[in-house]
Amino acid sequence: MFVVVLLLWQGLTTAFDVQTFLLPKPTDIAHSFWDNKSLLWHNGLYTLKEAVGGFALGSGLGILVALLLARFRVVGAAFMPFAIAANAVPIIAFAPITNNWFGLLNPFSKMAIAAVLCFFPTMVNTLRGLTSVHPSSIELMRSYGGGETATFRYVRIPSSLPFMFTGLKIAAVLSMIGAIVGEYFGGPTNALGVSILNDTQVFDFPRAWAGIVLASVFGICFYGVVALAEHYTTSWHPSSRSFGGE
Amino acid sequence: MSVGSTSSAVSVRGVSKTFRTGTTALAGIDLEVEPGEFVSLIGPSGCGKSTLLRIVGDLVGPSSGQVFVNGKPAHRARLDHDYGIVFQDSVLYDWRTVAKNVSLPLEMLGWSRAQRKARVEEMLDLVELRGFESSRPWQLSGGMQQRVSIARALSFDPSLLLMDEPFGALDEMTRERLNLELLRIWEKAGSTVIFVTHSIPEAVFLSTRVVVMSARPGRVAEIVTVDLPRPRGVATREDARFFELVTAVREALAAGHAPSQTLATGEVF
Repeated sequence: MFVVVLLLWQGLTTAFDVQTFLLPKPTDIAHSFWDNKSLLWHNGLYTLKEAVGGFALGSGLGILVALLLARFRVVGAAFMPFAIAANAVPIIAFAPITNNWFGLLNPFSKMAIAAVLCFFPTMVNTLRGLTSVHPSSIELMRSYGGGETATFRYVRIPSSLPFMFTGLKIAAVLSMIGAIVGEYFGGPTNALGVSILNDTQVFDFPRAWAGIVLASVFGICFYGVVALAEHYTTSWHPSSRSFGGE
Repeated sequence: MSVGSTSSAVSVRGVSKTFRTGTTALAGIDLEVEPGEFVSLIGPSGCGKSTLLRIVGDLVGPSSGQVFVNGKPAHRARLDHDYGIVFQDSVLYDWRTVAKNVSLPLEMLGWSRAQRKARVEEMLDLVELRGFESSRPWQLSGGMQQRVSIARALSFDPSLLLMDEPFGALDEMTRERLNLELLRIWEKAGSTVIFVTHSIPEAVFLSTRVVVMSARPGRVAEIVTVDLPRPRGVATREDARFFELVTAVREALAAGHAPSQTLATGEVF
């Protein structure tokens, strides 16, 4: 499928003589990628670090807040409407502001955007997992004389994992988007978003495309790592049973 | 009803339960269960028999009245790990293997790994599930899952086993086989059992006494003492006395189910 798309892309851009600034040929992109591989790799890693940092920060905080809200339901019920409303805010719009707050060249300005993007999907999904537990499971814990701590440890947290990973997978993708978009508003020249932007301004479209390809590859890899972690920790869940056991 | 002696395994005294919705589920229940007894609660749907079981297990509180288990308030008994509970659903944790499900209460009680392993083997022997230690719950049939659930409930030697329609979701054949197994386990473990069921033959077959409850609000309509000899087996179900007792329970149920009818008959006489 992927190969067919590439062949079509190559064939059509050649046949209709599409201008490079509109859509470069895949071979041109590959060529540019090869010529600039160390530069792109270096820039890509820088951006990936921002994304992963933001992911760790935002998702970690999301999980923590979800645990607190699940433990203290009254607070949770009061907080949720605000969380949902805040979730509707186009957070990317804050990118110039965080650049201003933390400094254009400080990687933390991009991490902050990625973190805010990661926070909500992780928090909302984890919270749903922590609270959608079968009442009998809770009664069982009670019957053993177990309190809230035991309930969280033995029931709520394990059964929330599939939900949490749904959030983390969304967050992994968003963190990469957050970092790159943050860089579009300014950042060090060795960041992938900045170099993509600069390449388009000097009409080096094949290299801009090569940067986009690399960003996509890193994004997919990051997602893959999270999905792999999910597979190993939640192989018991109906959605992933076909992989193991039976 | 006499005030319960301190030797009772379970002593339910004047327990009523009215839910916040205003529904009165239980009204003035008194019940004494002796140690080692197997008592079934039977009654029409909504008679509060599951609620009564949950009150005994301190999973819900009564609106009035008291429950003592082994001479202690139910709350204390729960914290002392006096209860093993088996629900209609096996309530096994899918993220744990069969062995780890059985050892869950032991883990919570702080048993060592070696102690847990030995006990899990013993329990799986008891419910005839050796070899399934590392299986996942969803890989087992409904009957096997319920046996794991029983093994888990008995793993820490609770003095009181509370069973809420444990075989209600199983087919008739599996149910009869598990009834036999439960009797064997009960005779071996020596614990007291309170067993909620919808099935009259099941109640008679298993129990030392059958508590027949009336429709909402639930009251104890009648207590039928089952004097069938033990050990009970397949032949018990064909015993004439078995049918007499089944009929006795059925009639008690019918009387409790339609109080207005009984009243009408009473007026004729």
